[in-house]
Amino acid sequence: MTTNYQLKRADFIFKNENDWEEVLSKSISRSPQELINELISSELKGRGGAGFPTGLKWKLTAEAVDDPKYVICNADEGEPGTFKDREILSMVPFKVLTAMAVCGHVIGAKEGYIYLRGEYFFLRPELNKVISEFEYYCREIQFDFTIRIFMGSGAYICGEETALFESMEGKRGEPRNKPPFPSSFGYMGKPTVINNVETLAHTYTIFTYGAKRFYDLGVQYSRGSKLFSVSGDTPKPGIYELELGMSLADFVDEFGDGDTKAVQVGGASGFLVPRKRFNETAIGFQGKLTGISLPTGGSMMLFNSSRSMFNVLDNYLEFFREESCGQCTPCRVGCQQLLMGIKAVKRGEKNAQYLDKLLRLAETMQYTAKCGLGQSVANSFSSIVENFREEMIY
Amino acid sequence: MPIMQGVVEQEKYLSEYSMIEIARELDMPASEVYGTATFYSFLEYKKMGKYIIRICKTITCSMKGKNQVILAIEDMLKINVGETTPDGNFSLLQTNCLGFCHKAPAMLINNEVYHDLTPEKVREILSMYLNRKKEGGSHDN
Repeated sequence: MTTNYQLKRADFIFKNENDWEEVLSKSISRSPQELINELISSELKGRGGAGFPTGLKWKLTAEAVDDPKYVICNADEGEPGTFKDREILSMVPFKVLTAMAVCGHVIGAKEGYIYLRGEYFFLRPELNKVISEFEYYCREIQFDFTIRIFMGSGAYICGEETALFESMEGKRGEPRNKPPFPSSFGYMGKPTVINNVETLAHTYTIFTYGAKRFYDLGVQYSRGSKLFSVSGDTPKPGIYELELGMSLADFVDEFGDGDTKAVQVGGASGFLVPRKRFNETAIGFQGKLTGISLPTGGSMMLFNSSRSMFNVLDNYLEFFREESCGQCTPCRVGCQQLLMGIKAVKRGEKNAQYLDKLLRLAETMQYTAKCGLGQSVANSFSSIVENFREEMIY
Repeated sequence: MPIMQGVVEQEKYLSEYSMIEIARELDMPASEVYGTATFYSFLEYKKMGKYIIRICKTITCSMKGKNQVILAIEDMLKINVGETTPDGNFSLLQTNCLGFCHKAPAMLINNEVYHDLTPEKVREILSMYLNRKKEGGSHDN
Protein backbone atom coordinates (compact mmCIF):
# COMPACT_ATOMS: atom_id res chain seq x y z
CA MET A 1 0.00 0.00 0.00
CA THR A 2 1.37 3.38 -0.91
CA THR A 3 0.82 6.40 1.24
CA ASN A 4 -0.35 9.77 0.12
CA TYR A 5 1.54 11.93 2.51
CA GLN A 6 5.24 12.15 2.80
CA LEU A 7 6.87 13.30 5.96
CA LYS A 8 7.05 17.05 5.71
CA ARG A 9 9.28 18.96 7.98
CA ALA A 10 8.32 22.43 9.04
CA ASP A 11 10.31 25.01 10.88
CA PHE A 12 8.23 27.69 12.54
CA ILE A 13 8.30 27.16 16.27
CA PHE A 14 12.00 27.50 16.97
CA LYS A 15 12.64 30.24 14.47
CA ASN A 16 12.46 34.04 14.52
CA GLU A 17 11.82 35.01 18.03
CA ASN A 18 13.53 38.38 17.83
CA ASP A 19 10.65 40.23 16.23
CA TRP A 20 8.39 39.68 19.24
CA GLU A 21 8.20 43.38 20.08
CA GLU A 22 6.95 44.15 16.61
CA VAL A 23 4.50 41.24 16.60
CA LEU A 24 3.14 42.29 19.96
CA SER A 25 2.57 45.94 19.11
CA LYS A 26 1.19 45.10 15.69
CA SER A 27 -1.23 42.50 17.11
CA ILE A 28 -2.59 44.63 19.92
CA SER A 29 -3.35 47.43 17.49
CA ARG A 30 -5.77 45.08 15.72
CA SER A 31 -9.27 44.53 17.00
CA PRO A 32 -10.01 41.41 19.08
CA GLN A 33 -12.63 40.33 16.57
CA GLU A 34 -10.13 40.44 13.74
CA LEU A 35 -7.61 38.35 15.69
CA ILE A 36 -10.23 35.78 16.62
CA ASN A 37 -11.31 35.45 13.00
CA GLU A 38 -7.72 34.99 12.00
CA LEU A 39 -7.32 32.16 14.50
CA ILE A 40 -10.56 30.50 13.53
CA SER A 41 -9.70 30.54 9.86
CA SER A 42 -6.31 28.99 10.60
CA GLU A 43 -8.11 26.00 12.15
CA LEU A 44 -5.51 25.77 14.87
CA LYS A 45 -6.45 23.12 17.39
CA GLY A 46 -5.12 22.74 20.89
CA ARG A 47 -1.75 21.05 20.89
CA GLY A 48 -1.95 19.52 24.34
CA GLY A 49 -3.72 16.47 23.02
CA ALA A 50 -7.42 17.22 23.26
CA GLY A 51 -7.55 19.29 20.09
CA PHE A 52 -10.14 21.91 20.95
CA PRO A 53 -10.21 24.73 18.35
CA THR A 54 -8.17 27.57 19.83
CA GLY A 55 -10.00 30.36 18.05
CA LEU A 56 -13.32 29.18 19.44
CA LYS A 57 -11.88 28.98 22.94
CA TRP A 58 -10.70 32.60 22.78
CA LYS A 59 -13.98 33.68 21.26
CA LEU A 60 -16.10 32.10 24.01
CA THR A 61 -13.95 33.63 26.72
CA ALA A 62 -13.99 37.02 25.02
CA GLU A 63 -17.77 36.90 24.97
CA ALA A 64 -18.09 35.96 28.64
CA VAL A 65 -19.17 38.94 30.73
CA ASP A 66 -17.28 38.81 33.98
CA ASP A 67 -14.26 40.46 35.46
CA PRO A 68 -11.36 39.83 35.88
CA LYS A 69 -10.39 37.29 33.25
CA TYR A 70 -7.21 35.23 33.14
CA VAL A 71 -4.83 33.75 30.60
CA ILE A 72 -3.07 30.60 31.67
CA CYS A 73 -0.28 28.82 29.91
CA ASN A 74 -0.35 25.11 30.70
CA ALA A 75 3.26 23.97 31.12
CA ASP A 76 2.45 20.97 33.28
CA GLU A 77 3.84 18.63 30.71
CA GLY A 78 3.48 15.26 32.37
CA GLU A 79 2.56 12.82 29.64
CA PRO A 80 5.21 10.13 29.41
CA GLY A 81 7.25 10.73 26.30
CA THR A 82 6.63 14.44 25.85
CA PHE A 83 9.26 17.09 26.33
CA LYS A 84 8.45 19.68 23.67
CA ASP A 85 7.05 22.31 26.05
CA ARG A 86 10.24 22.52 28.04
CA GLU A 87 12.17 23.04 24.84
CA ILE A 88 9.82 25.84 23.72
CA LEU A 89 10.03 27.60 27.07
CA SER A 90 13.79 27.43 27.15
CA MET A 91 14.42 28.32 23.50
CA VAL A 92 11.67 30.72 22.45
CA PRO A 93 10.03 31.96 25.66
CA PHE A 94 9.19 35.38 24.19
CA LYS A 95 6.85 33.78 21.69
CA VAL A 96 4.81 32.23 24.48
CA LEU A 97 4.73 35.45 26.52
CA THR A 98 3.74 37.49 23.47
CA ALA A 99 0.96 35.08 22.63
CA MET A 100 -0.31 35.27 26.19
CA ALA A 101 -0.36 39.06 26.06
CA VAL A 102 -2.18 39.06 22.72
CA CYS A 103 -4.68 36.65 24.19
CA GLY A 104 -5.08 39.05 27.12
CA HIS A 105 -5.82 41.81 24.63
CA VAL A 106 -8.38 39.66 22.82
CA ILE A 107 -10.33 38.46 25.85
CA GLY A 108 -9.76 41.49 28.07
CA ALA A 109 -7.47 39.94 30.69
CA LYS A 110 -4.73 41.77 32.54
CA GLU A 111 -3.13 38.81 34.28
CA GLY A 112 -1.42 35.77 32.91
CA TYR A 113 0.01 32.73 34.65
CA ILE A 114 2.37 30.03 33.58
CA TYR A 115 1.71 26.79 35.42
CA LEU A 116 5.12 25.16 35.35
CA ARG A 117 5.49 21.58 36.47
CA GLY A 118 7.59 20.95 39.56
CA GLU A 119 10.05 18.82 37.59
CA TYR A 120 11.01 21.88 35.53
CA PHE A 121 11.99 24.00 38.50
CA PHE A 122 15.37 24.66 36.91
CA LEU A 123 13.70 26.66 34.12
CA ARG A 124 12.29 29.17 36.55
CA PRO A 125 15.18 31.63 37.12
CA GLU A 126 15.75 32.09 33.38
CA LEU A 127 12.03 32.39 32.71
CA ASN A 128 11.63 35.02 35.41
CA LYS A 129 14.35 37.10 33.75
CA VAL A 130 12.59 36.87 30.41
CA ILE A 131 9.28 37.82 32.00
CA SER A 132 10.66 40.97 33.59
CA GLU A 133 12.17 42.05 30.28
CA PHE A 134 8.84 41.38 28.64
CA GLU A 135 6.85 43.30 31.22
CA TYR A 136 9.28 46.20 30.90
CA TYR A 137 8.46 46.44 27.22
CA CYS A 138 4.73 46.19 27.94
CA ARG A 139 4.99 49.18 30.26
CA GLU A 140 6.91 51.07 27.61
CA ILE A 141 4.14 50.69 25.07
CA GLN A 142 1.60 51.23 27.86
CA PHE A 143 0.05 47.85 27.55
CA ASP A 144 -1.17 46.58 30.88
CA PHE A 145 -0.34 42.89 31.27
CA THR A 146 1.51 40.94 33.94
CA ILE A 147 2.71 37.36 33.95
CA ARG A 148 3.48 35.20 36.97
CA ILE A 149 4.88 31.72 37.27
CA PHE A 150 3.04 29.19 39.36
CA MET A 151 4.97 26.06 40.27
CA GLY A 152 3.32 22.67 40.25
CA SER A 153 4.47 19.94 42.58
CA GLY A 154 4.65 16.73 40.65
CA ALA A 155 1.11 15.65 39.81
CA TYR A 156 0.27 14.40 36.33
CA ILE A 157 -3.43 15.08 36.74
CA CYS A 158 -2.81 18.83 37.16
CA GLY A 159 -2.29 19.05 33.40
CA GLU A 160 -6.06 18.54 33.15
CA GLU A 161 -7.31 22.11 32.94
CA THR A 162 -9.82 22.17 35.78
CA ALA A 163 -7.49 20.20 38.07
CA LEU A 164 -4.88 22.82 37.26
CA PHE A 165 -7.21 25.59 38.47
CA GLU A 166 -7.88 23.69 41.68
CA SER A 167 -4.17 23.30 42.17
CA MET A 168 -3.56 27.02 41.58
CA GLU A 169 -6.22 27.81 44.13
CA GLY A 170 -4.19 25.80 46.62
CA LYS A 171 -6.29 22.68 46.76
CA ARG A 172 -5.84 19.06 45.81
CA GLY A 173 -5.59 18.88 42.06
CA GLU A 174 -8.84 17.09 41.42
CA PRO A 175 -10.74 17.73 38.20
CA ARG A 176 -14.04 19.57 38.36
CA ASN A 177 -17.23 18.62 36.65
CA LYS A 178 -17.65 20.06 33.19
CA PRO A 179 -19.63 22.07 32.28
CA PRO A 180 -19.13 24.83 33.34
CA PHE A 181 -16.15 25.16 31.05
CA PRO A 182 -13.10 27.35 31.76
CA SER A 183 -14.34 29.93 29.25
CA SER A 184 -17.00 30.92 31.77
CA PHE A 185 -15.83 29.40 35.06
CA GLY A 186 -12.08 28.91 35.26
CA TYR A 187 -9.40 30.05 37.64
CA MET A 188 -11.06 31.57 40.74
CA GLY A 189 -14.38 30.96 39.03
CA LYS A 190 -13.61 33.60 36.41
CA PRO A 191 -13.51 33.26 32.60
CA THR A 192 -10.15 31.83 31.69
CA VAL A 193 -8.30 30.88 28.54
CA ILE A 194 -5.99 27.99 29.19
CA ASN A 195 -3.70 26.92 26.40
CA ASN A 196 -0.82 24.53 26.02
CA VAL A 197 2.65 26.06 25.56
CA GLU A 198 2.86 24.82 22.01
CA THR A 199 -0.59 26.13 21.09
CA LEU A 200 0.46 29.59 22.20
CA ALA A 201 3.66 29.33 20.19
CA HIS A 202 1.58 28.46 17.12
CA THR A 203 -0.69 31.47 17.58
CA TYR A 204 2.48 33.55 17.42
CA THR A 205 3.24 32.02 14.04
CA ILE A 206 -0.29 32.82 12.90
CA PHE A 207 -0.12 36.43 14.06
CA THR A 208 3.23 36.84 12.37
CA TYR A 209 2.60 35.21 9.00
CA GLY A 210 -1.19 35.17 8.83
CA ALA A 211 -3.66 32.31 8.99
CA LYS A 212 -3.21 31.27 5.36
CA ARG A 213 0.38 30.23 5.85
CA PHE A 214 -0.58 27.96 8.73
CA TYR A 215 -3.69 26.60 7.06
CA ASP A 216 -1.68 25.51 4.02
CA LEU A 217 0.23 23.03 6.14
CA GLY A 218 -1.22 19.67 7.03
CA VAL A 219 -4.40 18.02 5.76
CA GLN A 220 -8.11 18.49 6.17
CA TYR A 221 -9.21 18.60 9.83
CA SER A 222 -5.57 18.63 10.89
CA ARG A 223 -4.06 21.91 9.83
CA GLY A 224 -0.64 23.19 10.56
CA SER A 225 2.50 21.67 11.94
CA LYS A 226 3.19 20.11 15.27
CA LEU A 227 6.14 19.27 17.43
CA PHE A 228 6.78 15.59 17.97
CA SER A 229 8.76 14.24 20.85
CA VAL A 230 10.42 11.11 19.56
CA SER A 231 11.87 8.62 22.01
CA GLY A 232 12.31 4.93 22.65
CA ASP A 233 14.06 2.57 20.25
CA THR A 234 15.15 5.10 17.69
CA PRO A 235 18.57 6.15 16.48
CA LYS A 236 17.60 9.82 16.61
CA PRO A 237 15.48 10.74 19.61
CA GLY A 238 14.57 14.37 19.98
CA ILE A 239 12.05 17.00 18.95
CA TYR A 240 10.89 17.43 15.39
CA GLU A 241 8.38 19.79 13.86
CA LEU A 242 6.34 17.97 11.24
CA GLU A 243 3.22 18.71 9.24
CA LEU A 244 0.16 16.90 10.49
CA GLY A 245 -1.45 14.15 8.49
CA MET A 246 1.56 11.97 7.74
CA SER A 247 1.15 8.23 7.83
CA LEU A 248 2.74 6.29 10.60
CA ALA A 249 4.55 4.11 8.06
CA ASP A 250 6.45 7.15 6.78
CA PHE A 251 7.18 8.19 10.30
CA VAL A 252 8.64 4.81 11.18
CA ASP A 253 10.70 4.80 7.98
CA GLU A 254 12.28 8.00 9.11
CA PHE A 255 12.69 7.40 12.83
CA GLY A 256 12.56 3.65 13.36
CA ASP A 257 15.62 1.49 13.90
CA GLY A 258 14.54 -0.96 11.19
CA ASP A 259 12.98 -3.34 13.66
CA THR A 260 10.07 -1.33 14.99
CA LYS A 261 7.36 -3.56 16.38
CA ALA A 262 4.92 -0.94 17.58
CA VAL A 263 4.57 2.79 18.18
CA GLN A 264 2.83 4.38 21.12
CA VAL A 265 1.17 7.52 19.82
CA GLY A 266 0.18 10.14 22.36
CA GLY A 267 1.96 8.88 25.45
CA ALA A 268 0.61 6.53 28.08
CA SER A 269 -2.91 7.84 27.51
CA GLY A 270 -2.66 7.35 23.76
CA PHE A 271 -2.84 4.34 21.49
CA LEU A 272 -0.39 1.64 20.64
CA VAL A 273 -0.21 0.87 16.94
CA PRO A 274 1.29 -2.48 15.91
CA ARG A 275 3.42 -2.88 12.82
CA LYS A 276 0.66 -4.35 10.66
CA ARG A 277 -1.35 -1.15 10.95
CA PHE A 278 1.36 1.44 10.33
CA ASN A 279 0.15 1.97 6.77
CA GLU A 280 -3.46 2.75 7.54
CA THR A 281 -2.76 5.04 10.47
CA ALA A 282 -2.35 8.75 10.02
CA ILE A 283 -1.26 11.23 12.64
CA GLY A 284 -3.67 14.08 13.15
CA PHE A 285 -6.95 14.91 14.75
CA GLN A 286 -10.04 12.75 14.37
CA GLY A 287 -11.70 13.33 11.08
CA LYS A 288 -13.31 11.47 8.28
CA LEU A 289 -10.07 10.53 6.64
CA THR A 290 -9.60 7.09 5.24
CA GLY A 291 -8.19 4.71 7.76
CA ILE A 292 -7.52 5.69 11.30
CA SER A 293 -6.43 9.08 12.40
CA LEU A 294 -4.91 9.41 15.81
CA PRO A 295 -4.73 12.60 17.80
CA THR A 296 -1.60 13.20 19.79
CA GLY A 297 -0.01 15.50 22.26
CA GLY A 298 3.17 14.87 20.32
CA SER A 299 4.58 11.91 22.15
CA MET A 300 5.88 9.17 19.87
CA MET A 301 7.51 6.20 21.54
CA LEU A 302 8.97 3.49 19.37
CA PHE A 303 9.41 -0.09 20.52
CA ASN A 304 11.48 -2.66 18.68
CA SER A 305 10.98 -6.39 18.80
CA SER A 306 13.19 -6.90 21.83
CA ARG A 307 10.61 -5.21 24.04
CA SER A 308 7.96 -7.08 25.94
CA MET A 309 4.60 -5.42 25.58
CA PHE A 310 3.63 -6.83 28.94
CA ASN A 311 6.33 -4.77 30.61
CA VAL A 312 5.21 -1.72 28.69
CA LEU A 313 1.61 -2.10 29.78
CA ASP A 314 2.68 -2.92 33.32
CA ASN A 315 4.66 0.30 33.38
CA TYR A 316 1.75 2.39 32.07
CA LEU A 317 -0.73 0.95 34.53
CA GLU A 318 1.68 1.49 37.38
CA PHE A 319 1.88 5.10 36.21
CA PHE A 320 -1.89 5.54 36.04
CA ARG A 321 -2.46 3.85 39.35
CA GLU A 322 -0.12 6.32 41.00
CA GLU A 323 -1.32 9.40 39.15
CA SER A 324 -5.03 8.73 39.44
CA CYS A 325 -6.28 11.46 41.75
CA GLY A 326 -8.60 9.04 43.52
CA GLN A 327 -11.66 11.20 43.23
CA CYS A 328 -13.90 8.96 41.15
CA THR A 329 -14.24 5.24 41.65
CA PRO A 330 -13.92 3.90 38.07
CA CYS A 331 -10.45 5.34 37.77
CA ARG A 332 -9.21 4.82 41.33
CA VAL A 333 -10.24 1.18 41.59
CA GLY A 334 -10.12 0.43 37.88
CA CYS A 335 -6.43 1.21 37.49
CA GLN A 336 -5.54 -1.02 40.43
CA GLN A 337 -7.69 -3.88 39.20
CA LEU A 338 -6.30 -3.72 35.67
CA LEU A 339 -2.77 -3.85 37.01
CA MET A 340 -3.50 -6.72 39.40
CA GLY A 341 -5.45 -8.48 36.67
CA ILE A 342 -2.72 -8.56 34.05
CA LYS A 343 -0.21 -9.68 36.67
CA ALA A 344 -2.49 -12.52 37.74
CA VAL A 345 -2.90 -13.63 34.13
CA LYS A 346 0.84 -13.50 33.64
CA ARG A 347 1.45 -15.64 36.72
CA GLY A 348 -1.12 -18.11 35.48
CA GLU A 349 -3.51 -17.60 38.36
CA LYS A 350 -6.24 -16.47 36.02
CA ASN A 351 -6.97 -17.92 32.60
CA ALA A 352 -6.71 -16.06 29.34
CA GLN A 353 -10.43 -15.32 29.20
CA TYR A 354 -9.93 -13.08 32.19
CA LEU A 355 -8.34 -10.58 29.81
CA ASP A 356 -11.74 -10.13 28.17
CA LYS A 357 -13.19 -9.21 31.53
CA LEU A 358 -10.44 -6.68 31.99
CA LEU A 359 -11.15 -5.25 28.55
CA ARG A 360 -14.76 -4.75 29.58
CA LEU A 361 -13.62 -3.04 32.75
CA ALA A 362 -11.43 -0.72 30.67
CA GLU A 363 -14.41 0.06 28.48
CA THR A 364 -16.51 0.87 31.54
CA MET A 365 -13.81 3.23 32.75
CA GLN A 366 -13.87 4.95 29.39
CA TYR A 367 -17.56 5.71 29.78
CA THR A 368 -17.78 6.46 33.47
CA ALA A 369 -14.56 8.15 34.58
CA LYS A 370 -14.89 11.83 35.27
CA CYS A 371 -11.88 13.24 33.44
CA GLY A 372 -9.55 12.51 30.58
CA LEU A 373 -7.12 10.49 32.67
CA GLY A 374 -9.54 7.74 33.66
CA GLN A 375 -11.16 7.70 30.24
CA SER A 376 -7.92 7.32 28.39
CA VAL A 377 -6.52 4.42 30.40
CA ALA A 378 -8.63 2.23 28.16
CA ASN A 379 -6.86 3.58 25.05
CA SER A 380 -3.50 2.11 25.80
CA PHE A 381 -4.87 -0.89 27.69
CA SER A 382 -7.20 -2.09 24.96
CA SER A 383 -4.83 -1.37 22.11
CA ILE A 384 -2.01 -3.30 23.76
CA VAL A 385 -4.07 -6.23 25.01
CA GLU A 386 -5.92 -6.66 21.72
CA ASN A 387 -2.83 -6.52 19.56
CA PHE A 388 -0.39 -8.39 21.75
CA ARG A 389 -2.60 -10.85 23.54
CA GLU A 390 -0.07 -13.68 23.51
CA GLU A 391 2.51 -11.54 25.20
CA MET A 392 0.08 -10.84 28.01
CA ILE A 393 -0.51 -14.52 28.68
CA TYR A 394 2.90 -16.15 28.24
CA MET B 1 0.59 25.83 47.88
CA PRO B 2 3.47 28.30 47.44
CA ILE B 3 3.71 28.33 51.25
CA MET B 4 4.12 24.58 51.37
CA GLN B 5 6.60 24.67 48.51
CA GLY B 6 8.60 27.21 50.48
CA VAL B 7 8.63 25.01 53.56
CA VAL B 8 9.69 22.01 51.51
CA GLU B 9 12.49 24.01 49.93
CA GLN B 10 13.81 24.96 53.36
CA GLU B 11 13.24 21.80 55.34
CA LYS B 12 12.86 19.21 52.56
CA TYR B 13 9.59 17.97 53.98
CA LEU B 14 6.39 19.08 55.69
CA SER B 15 6.38 18.00 59.31
CA GLU B 16 3.18 17.57 61.26
CA TYR B 17 4.16 20.69 63.15
CA SER B 18 4.57 22.83 60.04
CA MET B 19 1.30 21.60 58.56
CA ILE B 20 -0.57 22.53 61.74
CA GLU B 21 1.14 25.93 61.76
CA ILE B 22 0.20 26.59 58.13
CA ALA B 23 -3.40 25.66 58.89
CA ARG B 24 -3.50 27.96 61.91
CA GLU B 25 -2.05 30.90 59.98
CA LEU B 26 -4.50 30.41 57.11
CA ASP B 27 -7.38 29.70 59.47
CA MET B 28 -8.36 26.39 57.91
CA PRO B 29 -8.57 22.78 59.13
CA ALA B 30 -5.21 21.02 59.40
CA SER B 31 -6.72 18.02 57.64
CA GLU B 32 -7.18 20.14 54.53
CA VAL B 33 -3.52 21.11 54.54
CA TYR B 34 -2.60 17.46 55.02
CA GLY B 35 -4.93 16.47 52.19
CA THR B 36 -3.30 18.89 49.79
CA ALA B 37 0.23 18.01 50.87
CA THR B 38 -0.24 14.29 50.42
CA PHE B 39 -1.72 14.80 46.96
CA TYR B 40 1.48 16.13 45.42
CA SER B 41 4.45 13.86 45.04
CA PHE B 42 6.92 16.72 45.42
CA LEU B 43 5.49 17.79 48.76
CA GLU B 44 7.01 15.24 51.09
CA TYR B 45 5.46 14.64 54.47
CA LYS B 46 8.08 12.26 55.76
CA LYS B 47 11.56 13.28 56.82
CA MET B 48 13.83 13.40 53.78
CA GLY B 49 17.55 13.59 53.20
CA LYS B 50 19.40 16.75 52.29
CA TYR B 51 19.66 15.56 48.69
CA ILE B 52 16.59 13.89 47.26
CA ILE B 53 17.38 11.67 44.31
CA ARG B 54 14.37 11.00 42.09
CA ILE B 55 14.78 8.52 39.30
CA CYS B 56 12.37 8.49 36.40
CA LYS B 57 10.73 5.10 36.21
CA THR B 58 8.44 5.68 33.27
CA ILE B 59 8.65 3.57 30.17
CA THR B 60 11.50 4.99 28.13
CA CYS B 61 13.78 5.32 31.11
CA SER B 62 13.09 1.77 32.22
CA MET B 63 13.76 0.52 28.70
CA LYS B 64 17.08 2.29 28.65
CA GLY B 65 18.50 0.75 31.77
CA LYS B 66 17.02 2.55 34.75
CA ASN B 67 17.34 -0.54 36.90
CA GLN B 68 21.10 -0.77 36.51
CA VAL B 69 21.35 2.87 37.51
CA ILE B 70 19.25 2.25 40.60
CA LEU B 71 21.36 -0.77 41.53
CA ALA B 72 24.49 1.35 41.23
CA ILE B 73 23.05 4.01 43.52
CA GLU B 74 21.73 1.49 46.02
CA ASP B 75 25.10 -0.16 46.09
CA MET B 76 26.93 3.09 46.61
CA LEU B 77 24.70 4.65 49.26
CA LYS B 78 23.73 1.32 50.89
CA ILE B 79 20.03 2.17 50.87
CA ASN B 80 17.03 0.86 48.98
CA VAL B 81 14.51 2.84 46.98
CA GLY B 82 12.31 4.77 49.39
CA GLU B 83 14.95 5.01 52.10
CA THR B 84 17.20 7.72 53.47
CA THR B 85 20.83 7.27 54.43
CA PRO B 86 21.39 7.13 58.22
CA ASP B 87 23.35 10.41 58.13
CA GLY B 88 20.30 12.09 56.61
CA ASN B 89 22.06 13.23 53.46
CA PHE B 90 20.49 11.24 50.65
CA SER B 91 17.02 9.92 49.92
CA LEU B 92 16.37 7.69 46.96
CA LEU B 93 12.96 7.78 45.29
CA GLN B 94 11.38 6.84 42.01
CA THR B 95 9.12 9.26 40.21
CA ASN B 96 7.02 9.45 37.08
CA CYS B 97 8.10 10.87 33.75
CA LEU B 98 10.53 13.77 34.04
CA GLY B 99 10.25 14.71 30.38
CA PHE B 100 13.72 13.61 29.35
CA CYS B 101 12.70 10.53 27.40
CA HIS B 102 15.00 11.44 24.51
CA LYS B 103 17.92 11.51 26.92
CA ALA B 104 16.91 8.54 29.03
CA PRO B 105 17.46 7.47 31.70
CA ALA B 106 17.17 10.62 33.75
CA MET B 107 17.12 11.63 37.39
CA LEU B 108 16.67 14.71 39.52
CA ILE B 109 18.83 15.48 42.52
CA ASN B 110 16.85 18.17 44.28
CA ASN B 111 16.21 20.47 41.32
CA GLU B 112 19.20 19.48 39.18
CA VAL B 113 18.56 17.25 36.19
CA TYR B 114 21.00 14.53 35.11
CA HIS B 115 20.30 12.57 31.96
CA ASP B 116 21.82 9.90 29.69
CA LEU B 117 22.78 8.03 32.83
CA THR B 118 24.90 4.92 33.03
CA PRO B 119 26.01 3.15 36.20
CA GLU B 120 29.49 4.66 35.76
CA LYS B 121 28.16 8.14 35.23
CA VAL B 122 25.86 7.98 38.20
CA ARG B 123 28.74 6.87 40.43
CA GLU B 124 30.71 9.92 39.30
CA ILE B 125 27.81 12.27 39.99
CA LEU B 126 27.21 10.82 43.40
CA SER B 127 30.87 11.02 44.41
CA MET B 128 30.72 14.68 43.44
CA TYR B 129 27.83 15.14 45.85
CA LEU B 130 29.58 13.11 48.53
CA ASN B 131 32.66 15.32 48.25
CA ARG B 132 30.62 18.47 48.22
CA LYS B 133 28.91 17.29 51.36
CA LYS B 134 32.26 16.81 53.09
CA GLU B 135 33.41 20.29 52.12
CA GLY B 136 30.07 21.76 53.10
CA GLY B 137 30.32 19.97 56.41
CA SER B 138 33.68 21.52 57.21
CA HIS B 139 32.31 24.99 56.48
CA ASP B 140 29.48 24.45 58.89
CA ASN B 141 31.89 23.63 61.70
